[in-house]
Amino acid sequence: MSSFSALKILPSHPIAGEYRRHSSPFHAAPASRLLRSSGANYLSSTSSVTAAGRPVRVLSANVVSNEKQIGSALAAITSKEALDLYEDMVLGRSFEDMCAQMYYRGKMFGFVHLYNGQEAVSTGFIRLLTARDTVVSTYRDHVHALSKGVPARAVMAELFGKTTGCCRGQGGSMHMFSREHNLIGGFAFIGEGIPVATGAAFSSKYRREVLKENCDDVTIAFFGDGTCNNGQFFECLNMAALWKLPIVFVVENNLWAIGMSHFRATSDPEIWKKGPPFGIPGVHVDGMDVLKVREVAKDAVARARRGDGPTLVECETYRFRGHSLADPDELRNPDEKARYSSRDPIATLKKYVLEHNLVSESELKAIDKKIDELVEEAVEFADSSPAPPRSQLLENVFADPKGFGIGPDGKYRCEDPGFTQGTAQV
Amino acid sequence: MPRRAKLIPNAVAAKADTTTTASSADSKPGHELLLFEALREGLEEEMERDPRVCVIGEDVGHYGGSYKVTKGLATKFGDLRVLDTPIAENSFTGMGIGASMTGLRPVIEGMNMGFLLLAFNQISNNCGMLHYTSGGQFTIPVVIRGPGGVGRQLGAEHSQRLESYFQSIPGLQMVACSTPCNAKGLMKAAIRSDNPVVLFEHVLLYNLKERIPDEDYVLCLEEAEMVRPGEHVTILTYSRMRYHVMQAAKALINKGYDPEVIDIRSLKPFDLCTIGNSIKKTHRVLIVEECMRTGGIGASLRAAIIDNFWDYLDAPIMCLSSQDVPTPYAGTLEEWTVVQPAQIVAAVEQLCK
Repeated sequence: MSSFSALKILPSHPIAGEYRRHSSPFHAAPASRLLRSSGANYLSSTSSVTAAGRPVRVLSANVVSNEKQIGSALAAITSKEALDLYEDMVLGRSFEDMCAQMYYRGKMFGFVHLYNGQEAVSTGFIRLLTARDTVVSTYRDHVHALSKGVPARAVMAELFGKTTGCCRGQGGSMHMFSREHNLIGGFAFIGEGIPVATGAAFSSKYRREVLKENCDDVTIAFFGDGTCNNGQFFECLNMAALWKLPIVFVVENNLWAIGMSHFRATSDPEIWKKGPPFGIPGVHVDGMDVLKVREVAKDAVARARRGDGPTLVECETYRFRGHSLADPDELRNPDEKARYSSRDPIATLKKYVLEHNLVSESELKAIDKKIDELVEEAVEFADSSPAPPRSQLLENVFADPKGFGIGPDGKYRCEDPGFTQGTAQV
Repeated sequence: MPRRAKLIPNAVAAKADTTTTASSADSKPGHELLLFEALREGLEEEMERDPRVCVIGEDVGHYGGSYKVTKGLATKFGDLRVLDTPIAENSFTGMGIGASMTGLRPVIEGMNMGFLLLAFNQISNNCGMLHYTSGGQFTIPVVIRGPGGVGRQLGAEHSQRLESYFQSIPGLQMVACSTPCNAKGLMKAAIRSDNPVVLFEHVLLYNLKERIPDEDYVLCLEEAEMVRPGEHVTILTYSRMRYHVMQAAKALINKGYDPEVIDIRSLKPFDLCTIGNSIKKTHRVLIVEECMRTGGIGASLRAAIIDNFWDYLDAPIMCLSSQDVPTPYAGTLEEWTVVQPAQIVAAVEQLCK
């Protein structure tokens, strides 16, 4: 597989135009024709082979899978944007690397799912959003939180289980929330965030149409390839399309659900094709390339903001590490890993912005240093923060603590300081 | 916080010298309606009061609700505020939860409570837990409501009592209505509460008629309801079994017993004050519930009473529950599945020996 070339991300006609061809459900067919006309049956268009000897499709295509260049992404990226994208991806990578270190040093516990390799998807989408837009994530949520603006120290403290964490230490790695930054989860079960995201989008539409507010907030739901075989995914595609909700469904297809290969679990592995049967445009994009992701994201977010409804975006991406820090990661082929490593989104962007003289080497190094310091500071902050006291145990169980009920003495339980000190008796 | 024990005129038998006499009921004009209309009235008033209140469920809009609780509301408030959903309980419940986290106050209807088993993931993981796992950042002010309980030969799957399954979910409140008066009051209280509340209605109680106050009122979610004060035995019950208890009470009174009947109303948490005060007076407890014996509300209530009021008991707590069987279709079998008044009479006689 050829190594990443800067030329590949220079589309030669406006993406929007090509995108519109995808946007009608009845034009889904041309994409397939284009796929076949590029000379490859999708199952054999690649050089990768699984351990079992079956050909594996590596989808490294452009947005439209012919080789026609699509529009100019160059014009859309300023130096400032380039630095912002680079910094966000480096933050994601450094933070996750630090998490691995801290985990093995016994500072964080449980299930920790790292995002290394997938940074282009988080950065590509989330850096386009406003503060009022909502992001709904999965258990692989640290970097979504960081991209959305949650301070690194708050995320790190949460991972250390400290009371200064973004969820007061009560959520942990798989439950990152931030009201201030409109990050709703962090969910441990796959798929269960998608209905919540659909609800957030419903809220936005309701506020616009019923409450007559000037609201065009968009929701982005992130989830993986494994989730796309789950009922909640399909049920929400249906409802989002039915009510034209302002939502973008983003599939981070990293080809593996723990040890289950996407191709062993899915009858039709092309996830983007599952949008059009619901009346939702489906787009496939190279998720290792932040500029391509960004172009697709722009269109999808704009579509939602206009009130034209949802989009399904399948980002082909890869996680460089195992499913979680507990995963020995023995099933994935080293060739596959090597191939994706060579398409590291950070290295790719770096090469691109330097080649096009958007930024200088020293500016990038300065960012690297800044991020290193930021992450170190986050660790120090988390380390020195206090663990939650006993009195925190029963806080936040109810928004209205009258829900603990009335005690034998006639007073509400929540008024009894003995009770709120966290006994098990209710 | 001062609490006043409320004596509510009940829909069935009343003690002869109760303070709420027929004449005092006449002095308040009030209006008569059926229980499902009372639910609708409460819902409609809250929707008028707060534009963020909306309804989500199957056939709630154009059809008016399978038990007519939302009849006419879609015409009045529009299709977005009374949202007809596709048949996808887990997803539309989750949608309601997501909407509540972002500013709305949805009332989610399960066409039959049993269907909400499909939404267990969302109710347990998200509804109950997200306020806590988010460190208090997001509230989930949803009301989840619908008809449950054993009906008339509806078959096993339409005759379920989900209160026993949901009671362990931390972060959830559960109430059961049993009269038009408390139905309206609890509906309004549940909608106004910032906690997620599950409001259990019963299929066989929707056509109960009662005169309810004209003025605006909201009941307390955490309080139990004194149905009939008495001296000899405390009978704790809720929902439809309240009526079997009151029917038994008539027979018991004729036999010279003086039962105190409390509709616990709040299934989670229990109102330990009303319950405790009663036990301290009578020293004998009978629980009559429609839940199955194993792991039901009665089981939890027994445990709570033993924990808190052991010293006041003169006899072991008796609990009459439904049989641990899938509710049979045949009428005779179904009748033997739930607790009947004769069994209640026999239990009180035994308790008071």
